[in-house]
Amino acid sequence: MAHATPHATSSNRRAFLQSSAALSLLGLGGLSGCASMSGMPSKAQVVVIGGGYGGATAAKYVRLLSDYKIDVVLIEPQDAFVSCPMSNLVVSGVKQLDYLTSSYTGLSKNHGIKVVKDFADNIDTAKKTVTLRGGGVIAYDKLVVSPGVDLMFSGIEGLQAANASGQILQAWKAGAETVALRKQLEAMPDGGVFAITIPEAPYRCPPGPYERACVVAGYFKTAKPRSKVLILDANPDVTSKGALFKKVWAEQYKGMVEYRSQHRVTAVDAKAGIVKFDVQDDVKANVLNVLPAMRAGAIAVKAGLNNQANNRWCGVNYLTFESTAAKDVHVLGDSIQIAPAMPKSGHMANSHGKVAAAAIVAQLAGWDVNPAPMLTNTCYSFVDNKSVVHVASVHEYVAAEKTFKTVAGSGGLSAGPTELEGIYALNWASNIWADTLA
Amino acid sequence: MKIKTIVSAAVALLGMLSSVQAQDKEALYLKSLAATCANCHGTNGKSVEGSSVGSLAGLDKNYTIAQMKAFKAGTRPATIMHQLSKGYSDAQIEALAGYFAAQKK
Repeated sequence: MAHATPHATSSNRRAFLQSSAALSLLGLGGLSGCASMSGMPSKAQVVVIGGGYGGATAAKYVRLLSDYKIDVVLIEPQDAFVSCPMSNLVVSGVKQLDYLTSSYTGLSKNHGIKVVKDFADNIDTAKKTVTLRGGGVIAYDKLVVSPGVDLMFSGIEGLQAANASGQILQAWKAGAETVALRKQLEAMPDGGVFAITIPEAPYRCPPGPYERACVVAGYFKTAKPRSKVLILDANPDVTSKGALFKKVWAEQYKGMVEYRSQHRVTAVDAKAGIVKFDVQDDVKANVLNVLPAMRAGAIAVKAGLNNQANNRWCGVNYLTFESTAAKDVHVLGDSIQIAPAMPKSGHMANSHGKVAAAAIVAQLAGWDVNPAPMLTNTCYSFVDNKSVVHVASVHEYVAAEKTFKTVAGSGGLSAGPTELEGIYALNWASNIWADTLA
Repeated sequence: MKIKTIVSAAVALLGMLSSVQAQDKEALYLKSLAATCANCHGTNGKSVEGSSVGSLAGLDKNYTIAQMKAFKAGTRPATIMHQLSKGYSDAQIEALAGYFAAQKK
């Protein structure tokens, strides 16, 4: 696999013709033959590994912010994007999997991104190439690595086999398991127990497990009212929106949802439906949803980018998201070592993608990178089929500390669940999917 | 004389290019700032059709500034914008409002 052929959109060509015409008027027509007016190399190629919220956004915004002058190749093994945000609505039976699914053709057709359906098998940071499982080799000037998280099944005895057999699901990477978990809940008898276990933070989507507990309880309340939801959390307390969730459990789901902190899973017995903990007593449940500890995606680990927190996460220079382990490699999204108060979320990964894209465009043009990048995060959680609570934040780069911090006085939580925020949550989803992929 | 002309032309050219670069660079920073709104309000401020989260593209600059100030002050009721608006300085809001006013609806 060689470099992608440069793809010029009609608007790109028009802009180029206009700028050439302007230069000709100034008697500088000869200049239009240069790499570009702004010094951006016309042959630069950015390769992106991973078409999730981080990678797809970075791919699109490198094209947008370079006025379509930089070529972009996106490597993604899946046929389509499947969103983790909103996937709990498939678990609760409100939505179907196709609601979460978007095609990658928007990126290729609207933005001239070459989408390669393959698995990135190796990165050679010295030669600046990516080797595909299919055998091809793609060269890059700049590489974006956005592989999400890997679930560390091997840290829990019996889980790998129980997951492979479909008995104990994670349904944390949205897709077939999301649908399978829904089926397990549908098959569960009234009076049964659904137990979800939560690993120690940081993990993907801090409020996600608590949202799942809420919407499953919402389903039970109408369909199987004698059933129970058990939340078994390795953390000392609810890691996100704690007061809001606890109020919902105490009021809306009184007697149905039970929260237990400091429950760290060590083993599962799928046949018996039992989960074991390091200190606490065993728990038996009809449907077990075990979320193992998480780390940076496999390709980031293979490339040696996982240089933080006992090699679990990838260190980055937050100004550019360039890896602290390899030059010209930018790591985004859930794989990175987070800055203070920075959640591992889809919205945040999309924000990373934009800061990294702007930095890449500036660096390839030979400009200073933006000295003051900003990030936002907005995270909506459903507490039943319709009502939603949010947490939101705005983050600014603090040069003196070389990290992102939340802007003082900004951000916050909902006062309580409302159906109005339920409408905004669904509209947030349609807009961020379009911003990432269309 | 001829050399002098070439030199002064080259100096003028370099000056022009560096000011073009400075403009391009500042434009990139502004686009990057505006992209922090796009997650909810759509790429370049164009929300998807039928969305209850409004488009920002093509809104009058002064209108956007006034709304953001009202969100900050709490005089315009909001579910989330009263919290997000406080993350942006007045100078950033003015720059953003100008950017979105210049985008096609």
